[in-house]
Amino acid sequence: MSVDMNMNILIVDDYKTMLRIIRNLLKQLGFNNVDEATDGSMALQKLRDKDYGLVISDWNMEPMTGIQLLREVRADSKLKNLPFIMITAESKTENVVAAKEAGVNNYIVKPFNAATLKTKLSSVLGNF
Amino acid sequence: MTKIAKTSDPGMPPELNARLSELQTQSRSPSREDVAEVVSEMLQSLEGDLSEVNLKVYSELEGLAKYILAAKREIAALRPDDITSEHLPKATDELDAIVGSTEEATNGILQAMELLEGLTPQMPAEIAEQVTNAVTQVYESCNFQDITGQRITKVVKTLKHIEDRVEALVAAFGDEIQKYRETHPHEEQPQPPQKSADEKLLNGPQLPDDAGKQADIDALLASFD
Repeated sequence: MSVDMNMNILIVDDYKTMLRIIRNLLKQLGFNNVDEATDGSMALQKLRDKDYGLVISDWNMEPMTGIQLLREVRADSKLKNLPFIMITAESKTENVVAAKEAGVNNYIVKPFNAATLKTKLSSVLGNF
Repeated sequence: MTKIAKTSDPGMPPELNARLSELQTQSRSPSREDVAEVVSEMLQSLEGDLSEVNLKVYSELEGLAKYILAAKREIAALRPDDITSEHLPKATDELDAIVGSTEEATNGILQAMELLEGLTPQMPAEIAEQVTNAVTQVYESCNFQDITGQRITKVVKTLKHIEDRVEALVAAFGDEIQKYRETHPHEEQPQPPQKSADEKLLNGPQLPDDAGKQADIDALLASFD
């Protein structure tokens, strides 16, 4: 199945520079429909207002963290199958395990590079 | 050797009076064991709750009270209120300024890279690819701002925790610190080693609000003309 390069992607991070970096890297990969949110609650609102094909979220944000957002998404009947990638500096085993148990599709540790992002996107969305 | 009173005390228990009288009749001076025995009997004869154990406890408590008083004086001399009102906020401001300035610089770099990337359609394909690869590397490297920002945020939280604990300590002292200041008006905090005139000019970067603006400096320079 081919990847819809026009899908809406929501990126969530409390650092504006990181949002800008991820947006630019996604653009280089051919994804141009990218929206931003700076915490989990803002992201959840956007996810409920518009159709998205992928969420890429940081973990450590306030007031709603990335793992809380993930749990909310998985608990929502309309959003529960939405592909979700965690991209975070939280690299402890317990974090990865908790994210996996909450239903994350893949996990990228910061700092990351463009090749890693492409690999993880391919594993979640399929080759593009 | 201490002489034992020859007259008996009517307020003293009969057993103790008898023991003292017995000691008085001895030709030799009372031994250490005799004195210990009499003292022990005296303590046992004391009325109320005052026992030998209690006396020991009171003595320990008195020592503890003196120790606490000395510790409080030493802590008051450290001026913990200065730590919360001056030192920690200053350190936090400096760290916040680091986050702010690195974020600003990173945004500047990203903006320049976006401009460069936007020009690639006008470049020959081979050059455009090389430029795009270089721009990608810059994007990747700019991850540092997020990582350093998070690390500094952790340090700021630690400082805040210390500040809260010191504030609790200051609150526990009540007005004792202020009293200490009033009673030791000329006591100075330990000073760092004397700096030379040139060293005194090494203040490092100023916080944004404190920093002199170029226009102000130009005006100052011009005032010398």
